[in-house]
Amino acid sequence: MKDALGAPQSLLLLGGTSAIGLATARRLIARRTRTVWLAGRPSPELAAAAGSLRGLGAEVRVVPFDALDTDAHPERLGRVFAEGEVDLVLLAFGVPGDQARDESDPPAAVRVAQTNYTGAVSAALVCAGALQAQGHGSLVVLSSVAGERGRRADFIYGSSKAGLDVFAQGLGDALHGTGVHVMVVRPGAVRPAGAAGRPEAPLTTTPEAVAGAIELGLRRRSETVWVPGPLRLVASALRHVPRPLHRRLPVPRP
Amino acid sequence: MAVEPLLLDDDFASLTGAGRTAPSLALLVRPRSAAEAAGALLGRGPRGAIARGRGLAGGDAGQNAGGTVLGLTALDRITGLDRAAGTVVCEAGTELGALARTLLPLGLWPCAGAGRWTAGGAVASGYGQGVEELELLGADGGSRRLRRGDPLFDATVGGLGLTGVVLSVALALRPVETAFLRERTARFPDADALLAHWTGGAPPEPYARARIELTGRGRAVLTTAAPVPYAGLPRGHRARRAPLALPALPGLPLLPRAGGLRPLPGLVRARVPAPFPAYGSGGFVRYRCAVPEGREEALRGLLALLAGRRSPGRAARHARVERVGAGGAGPLAFPVRGWCLGFDAPAGTPGLGRFLDVLDERVAAAGGRVCLAEDGRLRPALLPVMYPRLDAFRELRASVDPRSVFRSDLSRRLGL
Ligand SMILES: Cc1cc2nc3c(=O)[nH]c(=O)nc-3n(C[C@H](O)[C@H](O)[C@H](O)COP(=O)(O)OP(=O)(O)OC[C@H]3O[C@@H](n4cnc5c(N)ncnc54)[C@H](O)[C@@H]3O)c2cc1C
Ligand SMILES: NC(=O)c1ccc[n+]([C@@H]2O[C@H](COP(=O)([O-])OP(=O)(O)OC[C@H]3O[C@@H](n4cnc5c(N)ncnc54)[C@H](OP(=O)(O)O)[C@@H]3O)[C@@H](O)[C@H]2O)c1
Repeated sequence: MKDALGAPQSLLLLGGTSAIGLATARRLIARRTRTVWLAGRPSPELAAAAGSLRGLGAEVRVVPFDALDTDAHPERLGRVFAEGEVDLVLLAFGVPGDQARDESDPPAAVRVAQTNYTGAVSAALVCAGALQAQGHGSLVVLSSVAGERGRRADFIYGSSKAGLDVFAQGLGDALHGTGVHVMVVRPGAVRPAGAAGRPEAPLTTTPEAVAGAIELGLRRRSETVWVPGPLRLVASALRHVPRPLHRRLPVPRP
Repeated sequence: MAVEPLLLDDDFASLTGAGRTAPSLALLVRPRSAAEAAGALLGRGPRGAIARGRGLAGGDAGQNAGGTVLGLTALDRITGLDRAAGTVVCEAGTELGALARTLLPLGLWPCAGAGRWTAGGAVASGYGQGVEELELLGADGGSRRLRRGDPLFDATVGGLGLTGVVLSVALALRPVETAFLRERTARFPDADALLAHWTGGAPPEPYARARIELTGRGRAVLTTAAPVPYAGLPRGHRARRAPLALPALPGLPLLPRAGGLRPLPGLVRARVPAPFPAYGSGGFVRYRCAVPEGREEALRGLLALLAGRRSPGRAARHARVERVGAGGAGPLAFPVRGWCLGFDAPAGTPGLGRFLDVLDERVAAAGGRVCLAEDGRLRPALLPVMYPRLDAFRELRASVDPRSVFRSDLSRRLGL
């Protein structure tokens, strides 16, 4: 169960090697989280991630999960919920794709869309149903600022995140009043922390900062979280920039 | 699958405690009789059931996510009064304040006290004073009568609804001659002066509580009160003609507080439904802990931490301190002979979670405990330290409810 300050005791991380997901897991383990399910494609990295979280004192279980294999989602994820309470589902899988190459390789572009959008829709619906039966829990969906407005530099990825973002907003409204809380997180470009622990460019952020924003959002039961915070204003301004000008603005890759 | 018609059913309700944190959805059933309560209990789903009074407990004790919650406020009849023996029998959903208002014209007052809480909620939260007997609905749907001294009785007092549903209680009554208390206040420059006064042989009084500022100069106000006998009413006072009359207007004291007289607590129905300050949308966290007698230095330490310069505790603005005369009998009973400290802090206060964890450690180290009925955030590992008889409670529960039918968000969170 989550406590009065929104700290969960159990976490299901979809995208078990995600930098943001693992930073969040570490942060939550330092509070109340004791059980972590890492769902992801089996790999040495996934096993290593499980080992590192065990080192922090959590009980970690690994669940094989491929976003593209949507037929297997109900069974795979259902098993996690059957085993115990899940207070927080963090939907952190996603691929940025390679915009330049994917434009001339439609099947590759489709894989980006399927991973980030349809795969996420499927996993989110399965988890939302289970959370609803449980009567409590949070579903945190990692969207992106790239989904705010189409940009030349990353519109394949951006459009998949735009779809996911709208989906998650609607799901949050559908679940309003059910005890289940849906939170959409929109980070700017996320880079590992530099030497000083801070990202170099303005409006870029670090996995740790996103994790902190997620913890705060859980406490406040926020519906939308921007990281860094001022990105909310920037995005709202950018929404009104005329197309010809918007086209020429430089954008950091996601 | 998701977004299913669960929502369309009005009987599902999102519930919280008084702190309005950590909501969860449950099937809220409002039985109007013991038989309906038993029926609802037997018809529960796989996530069990828990009883609930008026939801005044601060944390998640009266919630059961995804399961059944038996809201007992419709079970509010007074079913028996024995004036000679001085006992009253009432159903568990009876508000103790309403009970007191009903009995006052007869010159009787429940020893359990009076307030907005229900009889069942008070018992389950550990206020067992003056409770003689209770009727408990068990996991099998059968009910039984328990008397004080029965292990199940003791475990039910403070048992947070996890031993069963209290259906009715027999409460001891004491005579009162007037509807008033005489109140005295004493002011102290700081908490140390208050505690020095309190431990320095001040005679104990039935109602005594102190309020300590956590900001500003940290002043303390001690309020003590004692029931006023008829002869103690000032001459010419209106109440001399009708010493047991209820206050005329709900919410307005019958008389000005002049002369230090004030109505017995719980008598005057609060005009505002919730006596809790508004903390914005974020709700609040209620912290209530007991510190044993003789560990006053620990109590002082807690107060100093609370009022510290950068302390998140300052957001609570003031703390309440009470003297507790006797410990509780049951394995989960909260009261400890000594001291009780409480405060409400807005849930949004930065750093509050870690700060309260530090307080927990201090309380546990002093042999004290946190009140589970108000708790919403204790670290489960500290539970056996604070409640050394936890295993006895678990054993008893396993014997009367082997399939853990009675479950709450609190029992899940703390692994009770
Ligand atoms: C400063 C302060 C002082 C207080 N002083 C007193 C006092 O002197 N005396 C006093 O009695 N109370 C006192 N209370 C209130 C007490 O602590 C509880 O909050 C209150 O008793 C719960 O109210 P409720 O009836 O709404 O129960 P709820 O909040 O709905 O439930 C509380 C717990 O009781 C269980 N429960 C409720 N009804 C039943 C039932 N019929 N059978 C089994 N379990 C049940 C619930 O499962 C839950 O675990 C005080 C509270 C505060 C904040
Ligand atoms: N990084 C940024 O700048 C940024 C900015 C905004 C938003 N976001 C979003 O935030 C989320 C997390 O970002 P991050 O930086 O932590 O990402 P990351 O470190 O690159 O991790 C991505 C995760 O997605 C998993 N994944 C990819 N395809 C999958 C599939 N088909 N099935 C299952 N898992 C799959 C990866 O697993 P494998 O190990 O198996 O590949 C990995 O765990 C993503 O949704 C991302 O789009 C990122």
